[in-house]
Amino acid sequence: MEGKGRSLPLRPAKRGEGLLPYIARRVLLSIPVLLIVTIFVFVIMRVLPGNPGRAILGPEADPATVEAFNRAHGLDQPLPVQYIRWLGDVLRGDLGRSLIDGTPVSTLIAQRLPATIELTIGAMLVAALIAIPAGIIAATRRGQAVDHAGTILALAGLSIPQFWLAILLIMYFSVRLGWLPASGYVPIWQDPLFNLKVMILPIVVTGLRESAVLMRMTRSSLLEVLHQDYIRTAQAKGLPGWIVVVRHGVRNSLIPVLTVGGLQLAGLLGGLVITETIFVIPGFGRLIVDSIFNRDLITLQGAVLVAAAMVVLVNLLVDILYAWLDPRIKVSGGVRS
Amino acid sequence: MSVRKGIRRFLRHRLAALGALIIFFLIATALFAPYLAPESPVRQDYNAILQPPSAQHLFGTDFLGRDVLSRVIYGARASIEAGLISVGLAMAIGIPVGLVSGYFGGFWDEAIIMRITDALMAFPSLILALAIAAALGPSFTNAMIAIGISLVPGFIRLARGQVLAVRGMEYVQAGRAAGAGHVWQMGKHILPNILSPLLVQATLAMAAAVIAEASLSYLGLGTQPPNPSWGFDLRAAQGYLTVAPWLAYWPGAAIFVTVLSFNLVGDGLRDLLDPRLRQ
Repeated sequence: MEGKGRSLPLRPAKRGEGLLPYIARRVLLSIPVLLIVTIFVFVIMRVLPGNPGRAILGPEADPATVEAFNRAHGLDQPLPVQYIRWLGDVLRGDLGRSLIDGTPVSTLIAQRLPATIELTIGAMLVAALIAIPAGIIAATRRGQAVDHAGTILALAGLSIPQFWLAILLIMYFSVRLGWLPASGYVPIWQDPLFNLKVMILPIVVTGLRESAVLMRMTRSSLLEVLHQDYIRTAQAKGLPGWIVVVRHGVRNSLIPVLTVGGLQLAGLLGGLVITETIFVIPGFGRLIVDSIFNRDLITLQGAVLVAAAMVVLVNLLVDILYAWLDPRIKVSGGVRS
Repeated sequence: MSVRKGIRRFLRHRLAALGALIIFFLIATALFAPYLAPESPVRQDYNAILQPPSAQHLFGTDFLGRDVLSRVIYGARASIEAGLISVGLAMAIGIPVGLVSGYFGGFWDEAIIMRITDALMAFPSLILALAIAAALGPSFTNAMIAIGISLVPGFIRLARGQVLAVRGMEYVQAGRAAGAGHVWQMGKHILPNILSPLLVQATLAMAAAVIAEASLSYLGLGTQPPNPSWGFDLRAAQGYLTVAPWLAYWPGAAIFVTVLSFNLVGDGLRDLLDPRLRQ
């Protein structure tokens, strides 16, 4: 991983050159991680509750019913047998069936994904629109009042609990002004305008937090770039300040920002659990909360597994993208090594 | 840097000093809650339901006629306790594992511990905490265990990375040449030299843990009613936004200020302890 003993290539590498071996290595490294993820999910869902049948049916169920339930779902088998069977099903794309109405868990997840994808893309757009200009302003005015204000605002953005921000926005925009509905999601293809009205607040709540992380990253990344020799060269050539910043600074500083944006997905997915609950959006996060309160451990298990697998895949794609954009990465072995 | 010089420099970092002051105040509030709160946080008064802030009830009363100020004061206990215990748990597991893993290196480190850490990091931490809390059953203790586990991989990664950075240093090699055993090396020569970044991480993890506890309680998987918890009280407040908006202000503001303080101190400590940033 650390690429010990490997020398740097003597000629400059072309973009994309040598990428395939890197991709192959990264994909291979992801397989054991995904396998361990399945073990964790299995341990949390099947081992931690002690008696899964009891956990699902509740403390008031009589022992005979619990035993029958466990037998019917293969939960009375030895744990390794249960795991291998479950893993086999998962590999075939079968995440089991909901304990509530027997719908396949994969169908439930597929039904919930559009809302979550819309929220995620919207939040990322909001975050980028706020964070990148704010980060550039803060970095170019380092140490000035506007930089300090930006730093404090970003820290506040990181510290504000999303559910509180959501409640405050609902109180103001829905209750007091009556401009936006606080709930009542409709899919975007049914009524785009109403969908937008319902989604604005959750998108802003999620996006503001992400913008705080991205803004800090943009600022520090640009600051690092602005100290490089080629910036001084560009300045010495007599280029106007903003051209130096935009053409030579921002372009080079955005690569790590892009990566951080991708890596933020894990945090964003976690936040969606809360946002979707408050705004009653039938998304993926809400599915997790619903399955917890319905004691639907099978759906919960599938959803948690899919969440972690999505993070692994996005991290993989981000690493590959990063290597493609910045050829130095291929040599040193990876973004986070 | 001597301790006194360090403290002086920290206090000069105004925002961090402000954060530390608020944390001190919060801990005092949590400790002395019975003396500070005007009433018991669980005492119900059906003659004073949903009363707006007044001289008698500075923050108003909730839907059961309980004094909101008292609940906010007692809520500091749940938050601080949850933060300390879950971060303590995460450090107790994460630091030794990262230390040993980084120190010995090799197959166990690369192929086992790091892959397990990668897998743990793949779980969005709130979803991991939710799943564990749901599997163990809703309770304050289980919430702390769940949050603690979700914070472990961060400490493993950081501790290991720091060990890798100092492992090849001359003083560590000198220790080895002088015949120091592995445990002595790790405890005496390595651990004290990697404490600064771990301290920063611990402070930032406190902020994350306080938000996580509030989130789990908000969803009903943390502190159980009628015990006061900022997260749960916010959930309850949501049903009364039109008639009693004050219920939503105070618990949320308390979480915000607490988390902000830990983040301010964490950021300040990082500036202070990272020589590259100190210019």
